[in-house]
Amino acid sequence: MATLVQAVRMALHYGETYLGVTDILGEDVGPPLGGVFTATQGLETAWNTPLDERGIVGAAMGIAYAGGRPVAEIQFCDYGFNTIDLLKVAGNQRWAGGGNYEMPIVLMTPSGSGIRGSLYHSHSFESWASRLAGWKVVMPSNALDAYGLMLSAIVDPNPVLVLLPKALLRVRGEKLIPGEPADPELLKQLIDAPLGDRTGWRPRWPDLDEYLVPIGTADQVREGTHATLVSYGRTLPLCVKAADLLRESDGLTCDVIDLRSIFPYDWRMISQSVLKTGRVLFVNEDSEVTNFGEHLLRRVVEEHFYDLLARPRVLQGQHVPGIGLNQIYEQNTVPQLPHILETLRAVATEEA
Amino acid sequence: MTTIAEVNSGNEALCADQCMRIHQLMVRARVLDERMIQMSKSGEGYFWIGGPGEEAFNVCLGLQLKKGCGPDYDFLHLHYRSLATLLAMGMPMLDATRQAAVRITDPHSMGRNFLGHSALRKWNVVPVSSVVGAKFAMAPGTALVQKRHGGDGVTVVVGGDAGSSQGDFATCMIWSTRPGQELPVLMIVTNNQWGISTPMRSQHSEQHIVDRGEPFGIPGEVVDGNDPIASWHALRRALQWCRRKRRPFMLESQVSRLHGHSSSSGAMRVENEPDCLALWETKLLAAGVLTRASIDELWEAARGEAAAAVQQALQEPEPTPDDVRRHTYAPSPVDVVYPDDYTGLPH
Ligand SMILES: Cc1ncc(C[n+]2csc(CCOP(=O)(O)OP(=O)(O)O)c2C)c(N)n1
Repeated sequence: MATLVQAVRMALHYGETYLGVTDILGEDVGPPLGGVFTATQGLETAWNTPLDERGIVGAAMGIAYAGGRPVAEIQFCDYGFNTIDLLKVAGNQRWAGGGNYEMPIVLMTPSGSGIRGSLYHSHSFESWASRLAGWKVVMPSNALDAYGLMLSAIVDPNPVLVLLPKALLRVRGEKLIPGEPADPELLKQLIDAPLGDRTGWRPRWPDLDEYLVPIGTADQVREGTHATLVSYGRTLPLCVKAADLLRESDGLTCDVIDLRSIFPYDWRMISQSVLKTGRVLFVNEDSEVTNFGEHLLRRVVEEHFYDLLARPRVLQGQHVPGIGLNQIYEQNTVPQLPHILETLRAVATEEA
Repeated sequence: MTTIAEVNSGNEALCADQCMRIHQLMVRARVLDERMIQMSKSGEGYFWIGGPGEEAFNVCLGLQLKKGCGPDYDFLHLHYRSLATLLAMGMPMLDATRQAAVRITDPHSMGRNFLGHSALRKWNVVPVSSVVGAKFAMAPGTALVQKRHGGDGVTVVVGGDAGSSQGDFATCMIWSTRPGQELPVLMIVTNNQWGISTPMRSQHSEQHIVDRGEPFGIPGEVVDGNDPIASWHALRRALQWCRRKRRPFMLESQVSRLHGHSSSSGAMRVENEPDCLALWETKLLAAGVLTRASIDELWEAARGEAAAAVQQALQEPEPTPDDVRRHTYAPSPVDVVYPDDYTGLPH
């Protein structure tokens, strides 16, 4: 069973072997390191760029204009802020040019907290990204989805941002990626670069198959009747845990929806679940003013106001300038399991 | 009139036929820009920005490009003052007036973008964005594919002097000179000495912008952009360097800005800057290549052509409310919400 980051690496291998990926570029992405999180070890088309995020995004766009299919990495989304107007250009150029050009680029970047990253390795990016019209934005919460979403991002001829939850990169999946060996030790031997000198090292890739998670499809990971819980990325497994605990303690069951695709999002699944339960909680760790969850909340209020049995809510990160390194800061800045459980219980039990 | 073989400037020369061709294109560009300035004032269009004062250089650029689609041909990251370059490449006046008149038929942007914000896939003209530095960040990408592809296609990126302050300008120099990975990028700065209202000399202390290429090993040349003969040869050398050596080159063209920044600053004719077209006509008259009568005839013909292009554009349809979302997304086989194009919020 692959970890999430191994799944990304295998998807990139599949992409450069079968889907026409021409360039995997970014800071420390090529040999010897293969990415600060190892996402790009052993890939044929990976190369190191100057330490220049605007250059990375710009070069990827130029490569795409000239017919290439690049996957670019921003080492941490926290360092993507100086690219935001280039991201705007990438998202608007097709529209602005009246369909003259396509922009088939994938931008991947680790996002969110959970690695004790302090101010500049803990940011979330999805709320910013959700405002970039012309882009698609996805965020897996497990290895198989990471593989399937990355392949879809590569196949899609539009700019796609793949946000990788930092906290989950080393978490092993529960479902097998088609073609991967079930034994994690064996997989590690095949595709993880050794520590130390790797000059002679070459990966031995398993014979992988195509597996696409269509963009715009959420995954219902728990089924229930008392509330709807919608999340993605790092907080998704916490939401599952919270739902399971609530069932054990209070006998209340919830729909838990892993959004996976932030834009476009699977409104049908959210809407149907809210119709069924009448209670909804959106959970993410981006900060709370103009949070992407607010947009979903707005739609719930506008379209399901009379279907609701309790106040719909968003649980999100605090509106503070950063996440402090001392874990007291981090634990109290972005949602953790106790916060989710408490809020979920409140939503599920509030008197109708 | 005797047959003149060539015209000289310093110790460079250009054959008379080419001089006449350049002249005609310069006249057409000037007349068209002047007519489109009128459009911006009369309500026939909303906005004007363009290149009066840059025609000599821009025409010479357009005539020497390898035009086509894909990495075998030159990729163009143009400036919003590049009208004369596009006319020299063969763009009909109509394709500019359509954008000036913000019609749905505007081939660059369907009436969405400002004038001069060109996008023509058939000639590798990538969409001009108002973000002045962005093209310098993108240029290495197209050049990288061209270098890998082989052939002699190059990437040409054109910006102004003030825009060279953007970090993306440094990005272009760094990315096109990575050791062993040098790229065929021709970085052109059309230096008119102005930002919108800020004189270059109040913000930049480097003598020439191209001097900044030196530490990167990027050779550079400064050329009098008001002189078509000097411009022709400087461009010829610069393009040849990039085509053959597959390495970057910088060219700084000293040009005039004869109608101010844009319609937002009034677009009035300025009198204290050299006019490349007037200078060129004086020269060609003195050399006996053109006569007063032949010049007048060309202007008349260009005015007629521009008037017809405006009239035609104004008769063409405007966008409809249904066009607002069109071309947001390319069709995707893996997107269940937007398989074809954007259709509003997911439902
Ligand atoms: C990044 C950015 N900042 C500000 C502007 C607004 N603006 C438009 S043109 C311009 C001046 C550009 O001067 P220069 O680069 O010398 O080009 P010129 O217009 O003189 O040809 C400014 C400040 C812009 N378009 N892009």
